[in-house]
Amino acid sequence: MLEIKNLTASIEDKTILNGIDLVVPDGEIHAIMGPNGAGKSTLSYVLSGREGYEVTGGSVLFNGQDLLAMEPEARAAAGVFLAFQYPIELPGVGNANFIRTAVNAVRKARGEAEMDTVAFLKEARAAIKRLSMPEDMLKRNVNVGFSGGEKKRNEILQMALLQPSLALLDETDSGLDIDALRIVADGVNAARGPNFSALVITHYQRLLDHIVPDRVHVLAGGRIVRSGGPDLALELEAHGYAGLEAA
Amino acid sequence: MSDLAFLDRVDLASVMEHPHRRAALDAFRTAGFPNRRDEAWHFTDLKARMRDFDWTPPGDQAALMLPDLSLPCAVLRDGVWDAASSRPAPFMSRLVRNEVLPAGANSLVALNVALGQDGVDIALRDAEVGGTVMVVAQARANAQPITPRYRVVLGAGASLTLIEVAQGSGAYVHDPVWDITLGTGARLEHYRLQDDSVQSVHVATVFVTMAEGAHYNGFTLATGASLARSEFHVALTGAHGDVQLNAAQLLTGRQHGDVTTVIAHRAPHCSSRQTVKSVIDGMARGVFQGRIEVDRIAQKTDGYQMNQALLLSPDAEIDSKPELEIFADDVKCSHGATIGALDPEQIFYLRSRGIDEAQGRAMLIRAFLTEALEPIGESVARPIFEAAIDEWWRRAAL
Amino acid sequence: MAAITETRETIDRLAESGYQYGFETAIDMDFAPKGLNEDIVRLISAKKQEPEWLLEWRLKAYRAWLTMADPAWARIMHPRIDYQDLHYYAAPRAPAPKSLDEVDPALLEMYEKLGIPLNERASLAGVAVDAVFDSVSVATTFRDSLAQVGVIFCSISEAVREHPELVRKYLGSVVPAGDNYYAALNSAVFSDGSFVYIPKGVRCPMELSTYFRINARNTGQFERTLIIAEAGASVSYLEGCTAPMRDENQLHAAVVELVAHDEASIKYSTVQNWYPGDADGKGGIYNFVTKRGACRGAKSKISWTQVETGSAITWKYPSCILQGEGSSGSFYSVALTNHRQQADTGTKMIHLAPNTTSTIVSKGISAGHSNNTYRGLVRIMPKARNARNFTQCDSLLIGDQCGAHTVPYIECRNQSAKVEHEATTSKIADDQLFYCRSRGLSEEDSVGLLVNGFCREVLKELPMEFAVEAQKLLAVSLEGSVG
Repeated sequence: MLEIKNLTASIEDKTILNGIDLVVPDGEIHAIMGPNGAGKSTLSYVLSGREGYEVTGGSVLFNGQDLLAMEPEARAAAGVFLAFQYPIELPGVGNANFIRTAVNAVRKARGEAEMDTVAFLKEARAAIKRLSMPEDMLKRNVNVGFSGGEKKRNEILQMALLQPSLALLDETDSGLDIDALRIVADGVNAARGPNFSALVITHYQRLLDHIVPDRVHVLAGGRIVRSGGPDLALELEAHGYAGLEAA
Repeated sequence: MSDLAFLDRVDLASVMEHPHRRAALDAFRTAGFPNRRDEAWHFTDLKARMRDFDWTPPGDQAALMLPDLSLPCAVLRDGVWDAASSRPAPFMSRLVRNEVLPAGANSLVALNVALGQDGVDIALRDAEVGGTVMVVAQARANAQPITPRYRVVLGAGASLTLIEVAQGSGAYVHDPVWDITLGTGARLEHYRLQDDSVQSVHVATVFVTMAEGAHYNGFTLATGASLARSEFHVALTGAHGDVQLNAAQLLTGRQHGDVTTVIAHRAPHCSSRQTVKSVIDGMARGVFQGRIEVDRIAQKTDGYQMNQALLLSPDAEIDSKPELEIFADDVKCSHGATIGALDPEQIFYLRSRGIDEAQGRAMLIRAFLTEALEPIGESVARPIFEAAIDEWWRRAAL
Repeated sequence: MAAITETRETIDRLAESGYQYGFETAIDMDFAPKGLNEDIVRLISAKKQEPEWLLEWRLKAYRAWLTMADPAWARIMHPRIDYQDLHYYAAPRAPAPKSLDEVDPALLEMYEKLGIPLNERASLAGVAVDAVFDSVSVATTFRDSLAQVGVIFCSISEAVREHPELVRKYLGSVVPAGDNYYAALNSAVFSDGSFVYIPKGVRCPMELSTYFRINARNTGQFERTLIIAEAGASVSYLEGCTAPMRDENQLHAAVVELVAHDEASIKYSTVQNWYPGDADGKGGIYNFVTKRGACRGAKSKISWTQVETGSAITWKYPSCILQGEGSSGSFYSVALTNHRQQADTGTKMIHLAPNTTSTIVSKGISAGHSNNTYRGLVRIMPKARNARNFTQCDSLLIGDQCGAHTVPYIECRNQSAKVEHEATTSKIADDQLFYCRSRGLSEEDSVGLLVNGFCREVLKELPMEFAVEAQKLLAVSLEGSVG
């Protein structure tokens, strides 16, 4: 369970998050919507521990642990996964090697046995098939020369193999055509279960047609200004974000 | 101590007998080892290094292992043809030295001509397919410079893959010179591993002259020597020539590594491609100087040069001087340089996937090195290049 | 009204009124005999009624100069300069043209194209109007309004008299007297130049401008400019240069020093269109200039912008010493060479402190038989943690008899630094040219348009009036290079 209490954060002395309160129980998928500049990406980076974001107040508990005190890799080991809005290219680093190293680092941190190459490749190929991705995705260098859609699918592939208990999907729908969107959504839906929760951060409602959230929150001016059921997303789609900052 | 004091120990009687060699010795004595005042040696002060060089005479030294690649090979030990170890292809032989010092050559080439020693002669007839061969230069501590010469002549349409390995132990100065002439449409793949002893000084000069439609693909991996310089002079003298000149240097401790290239486009429609990567750790210093020259007649030249450096420690240094000298108007020439540490964004990406910082850094550095080996593809020589990287990696303790 | 226009009109007014505001030394038309020795240095200092310390400083520079050799590393060629064959203080008036009728029509045509007013053209062409601008700064018109906010803008000779403590503190503090051959020469014999002092927290209310001129025959020009911006101050300074057509090569060896304290900002813009010599390379100015700024204070900023189209030879590297934490330097340059012109120009960015940033954008255009070299140094010292540099050097060749060269030196001694360098060399694409011509532009106009586009990133850094003049200048300078 993710519990965010009165979280404030800033970049270079500029306050971006202004007191966020949010609880995501196990097994639930919550959507965070909001206009550009509302602090959506900042929230995902603060939760995953990227440098350059200063937490100025509040707390974040993940399954009772103080998430903010943990290093980025410890958060990953604890089960937090960030699907990047702009996945990073790693020239020269093979995708299979990268994901296997990550899977084993996480397994090791959890006290589990490491996976050998054969077992890993078997699982990775199965995941690739499930996600209707091209087989050569594993052979290429991480995100290098990938199209926008391929990068996003690669994030979902990593998610499938790392099996997180909390996924943060940062604008994963941006730049995707409808087929890719469906593949990404299928990947998230496949992970759904009592031990998986997710924060789906998006500007548009269309991703939520495919990943139906349990709750929708509207982020504006660095705080959550409205919360509701899936219908809230439709309402926002119809009326836009205008006026929400004032709410 | 004078940087030229070693000449007192050299038997110069045989040098004096040959007018060419005597002239070269005079040229070397006059110029001395190059130093910072020489613009081409702005970042590499060889003279200063040679002043306190430890010219250890050879003593009891462990035998060196030869790389085992089951290829035709020529072996030089301390600059002398080793008939027992060599298994040359029919087109390879011991070189008879009698070359003239080319005008404008630097003092290291002069030293090479003056002191002579053996060399390897590789000559392919027109259209001859040479396959893959190897040249190994092994050296051990030596009180005199080791000055071998290599002559490679490929006839029209001939092709060859040449693997060159320099390795050794102890303190010595290795001053090899290569003369490579490629006939019309000839193709040479030249993969060089400079793994000389970390007490040594390695200063190689490679001249390549290319006729119409010739192709030269040179790749140098430099991991050895206390001071190393690989200097290339490539002349594209016929139209539609194509040169790739790539290098990677890995430096740690107090190593000084220098890759210097001059690519002269003297004919139209030629292309040159260059990527030079430096990974610098410890208190090491890396240098890259690259010049693309385009003559007035060399229209439609396509020249590209990229220099990337990765600094891994607070005391590491890189100096870079990529130059363009262009006299033709219808050309496309560019160079780029990027210098820095590992990208924090990449490290964060790895950490967000559960890989800790130390492991993440190691992955990224290995990736940089793996990419550096791209020019040699899946060559049979790849394992020895990878082994040299592993060895360097252990030395750098990354 | 913009300062630059006002300056021009002031010059016109001064010219018409017989230069009644000139400095006494200029009115007297003192001159020294040809040649350089300690007595000449003493004479210059005495004529300017300088204090003892400045004379000593000059003499020290002179003695240093004697031990130095002129730099040989640049890609420029010229006959040896006979330094004993020059006048080092003003000059006897050369027989000047009596009227515009005697001036080369090509020169007049160029002035017309640049939109220079008629009476201005006469003075530019060296016609004997009664204004003498040699070696004397005239841009002191706005002193009164500037004085109200505490800004000092005067000639450096006057500053030596009125503000000796400031001059003594800063003169030679960025470019030491013995820095290089030409700087040493300048330090020994500098004639005049501008002095600017912006007090703490003051934004200079107008752009300051000086038009330099070289009128007399065989007069070496040795301007000395010193600009100091105290903490939080800011100033934009414009330097324009025009010289009449003369047969002899004329030497110009100026020194410009800039000092920026905490959070101060200095923007220095130059449009240099001194006489480049004729199409065969006869005549023209040798422009051997040392310009350097010190970002002494935290978060200080120095920006150099230059459009260099003139001079037979340009040897010039406006540089930034980034000493203050978080300080930044930039260099935006257009250098155009045509006919037999030679330019070897660029910058040095020396990063000494953490978080310093520098930007270099250089556009070189070579035409005719000219040679154009970008030469630049980026040096990151060990303490310059997180230093950043970005360099972009683009060269354009017009015609196949010219040369374009790029010689960057990059020295990095801090692993957290990030240095990026990109350079390209190309010609104007045939399809671009065709596109313009198919829309009705002449080939020459098309080239002018495309060259201006090529230089856009630099030209936009110039103050508006300068940008317009610079654009015209580029087009004019390219004439005869096409077809």
